[in-house]
Amino acid sequence: MNIHEYQGKDILRESGVNVPNGHVAYTIDEAARAAEKLDSDVFVVKAQIHAGGRGKAGGVKIAKNLDDVRTYADEILGKNLVTHQTGPEGKEVKRLLIEEGCDIQNEYYVGLVLDRATSRVVMMASEEGGTEIEDVAAETPEKIFKEVIDPVVGLTGYQARRLAFNINIPDELIGKAAKFMIGLYNVFVEKDCSIAEINPLVTTGDGQVMALDSKLNFDDNALFRHKDIVDLRDLEEEDEKETEASKYDLSYVSLDGNIGCMVNGAGLAMSTMDIIKHYGGDPANFLDVGGGATAEKVTEAFKIILSDSHVKGIFVNIFGGIMKCDVIAEGVVEATKQVGLDIPLVVRLEGTNVDLGKKILDESGLNITSAGSMADGAEKIVSAVK
Amino acid sequence: MGVYVNKDTKVIVQGITGGTAKFHTKQMLEYGTKIVGGVTPKKGGTEVEGVPVFNTVQDAVDETGANASVVYVPAPAAADAILEAVDAELDLVICITEHIPVMDMVKVKRAMEGKKTRLVGPNCPGVITADECKIGIQPGYIHKKGHIGVISRSGTLTYEAVHQLSEAGYGQTTAVGIGGDPVIGTSFIDALSAFNEDAETEAVVMIGEIGGTDEEEAAEWVKANMDKPVIGFIGGATAPPGKRMGHAGAIISGGKGTADEKIRVMNECGIKTADTPAEIGETMINVLKENGLQEKCKTH
Repeated sequence: MNIHEYQGKDILRESGVNVPNGHVAYTIDEAARAAEKLDSDVFVVKAQIHAGGRGKAGGVKIAKNLDDVRTYADEILGKNLVTHQTGPEGKEVKRLLIEEGCDIQNEYYVGLVLDRATSRVVMMASEEGGTEIEDVAAETPEKIFKEVIDPVVGLTGYQARRLAFNINIPDELIGKAAKFMIGLYNVFVEKDCSIAEINPLVTTGDGQVMALDSKLNFDDNALFRHKDIVDLRDLEEEDEKETEASKYDLSYVSLDGNIGCMVNGAGLAMSTMDIIKHYGGDPANFLDVGGGATAEKVTEAFKIILSDSHVKGIFVNIFGGIMKCDVIAEGVVEATKQVGLDIPLVVRLEGTNVDLGKKILDESGLNITSAGSMADGAEKIVSAVK
Repeated sequence: MGVYVNKDTKVIVQGITGGTAKFHTKQMLEYGTKIVGGVTPKKGGTEVEGVPVFNTVQDAVDETGANASVVYVPAPAAADAILEAVDAELDLVICITEHIPVMDMVKVKRAMEGKKTRLVGPNCPGVITADECKIGIQPGYIHKKGHIGVISRSGTLTYEAVHQLSEAGYGQTTAVGIGGDPVIGTSFIDALSAFNEDAETEAVVMIGEIGGTDEEEAAEWVKANMDKPVIGFIGGATAPPGKRMGHAGAIISGGKGTADEKIRVMNECGIKTADTPAEIGETMINVLKENGLQEKCKTH
């Protein structure tokens, strides 16, 4: 789960990790009032969307006075920002962060992620702040320093200092930088983050080390123990169909193509996309109905696929292990009864209760093309939508 | 023979009184797996499918002599269940549960350092040695006894591969589902190494997917150490970057973990890969022919 920058900074501030003062604003008036509350001569007006690259897209402005704040708030609110992370359709700005300006001396990068190779959390730091860490990794990998963290002892003082020295934080600020890093790690663990990225981390003219930006992502599997984080969810930033799918515990990802897919199992669902592409088609989605799907869940899955107007055909690919083929078949029949079906549907059933499943489809009177194998099904649906 | 589990494996089911666990306990018993006990706190003294239930793993082990466990405990308590099995010094713990928080698994892996227990999973279909022992949620009937080892991060793709092999007449030794999470107990290399040592196994299929670099490392290991032919398949060639494809571990991040890169490294290391999942069986059969193993591996 993602949250906005201002929400991430609130979490960091509460945990004693240094961030600039700031307030969220939904309107121009709120933006002006937020600025008034800040004890500062310079204000930063920042678009709040769940994507990076906002500055380059014109979503971050420096205001010298309250009139400027109003002008920029008016300009940015409602604007459709297109960044390298939003996709070509962009994202509309509905919230702003109004923040005090600060006298930046230097910019750095600090991030925490899971290192799969060691099964531990690793902190990465670089003096190339403000640039994408992937670009730094590609061009100057020697400028990225890493510390692998033992979950029993946490990020130690010496590890944090070593990182701070390695990225050339000035000597007099090493202590503050180390405190910042340890605080960030503690937030990462306490809140079950999947990513915590501060880019840039800055040193300021008045001797501070603080987070100028914050990107916190959370482990969806741990949200059950973080109600406070769930409350921060902004559904407007998420794909409508993906949100709807998650209500029914369906794993759904929107894609650009026109062949809707319904599959059981993540691996098979991914491979179904692949095989459609292999035969010259384009999948409209990834959809894993899971192992324990009921007819109702299958019905909902079908409705979600059909709610995508790009979908010109559907491929159902099921290898029933635990998932019984007759349950899938009932769901397909029920869904088409409820929402109607005027596009080609190819169904491949294999595994548990396959004969029963095929019988249900045959007797339904629906116009369903059955496929003998995954490859056969993919070929059939690709030619049907052409 | 086969790896990790066989006809002598004595299994306890953790979380046995839950709906899913009950269903699969019955399925496993029907397959012939020696399920000797179950564990659910506060349900000790009861029975599920004729199997005695205990309050703790230690009680179950003391009473039944079990050497393996399978975990169906819901995600919030699953990490604790694994640790309880490790504490009871079982040889093997297979965790089926999905959606376990990553930080829980980071702690579990740390706590397991230096311990004798092998963990398979979590978020996996389990381990099955054909006609001997099925631990997990696999459809048992597709598995035929033979000489091919199967290792996979995905449940349904394992079934797909096993089904193709069985249909073509090539049985399997063991199918090991290592799981789709970013932190797992048994890696491709661990399972490949076990199959390399297994006298019955003549060749291995490894089925990977996008995310991480386990497949690349495994390919390098195969090149340096494996005495038997290995073929592979990688799911997710068309997955967009930055999107989690169902499995928590299946995500391309920072340009790493793409299917193209994995396939390139595997091919470089002498592992032939199937272009589509429908060709896994065919790819294996061709490699068996090339290695003169076709006759030996044709089991039915």
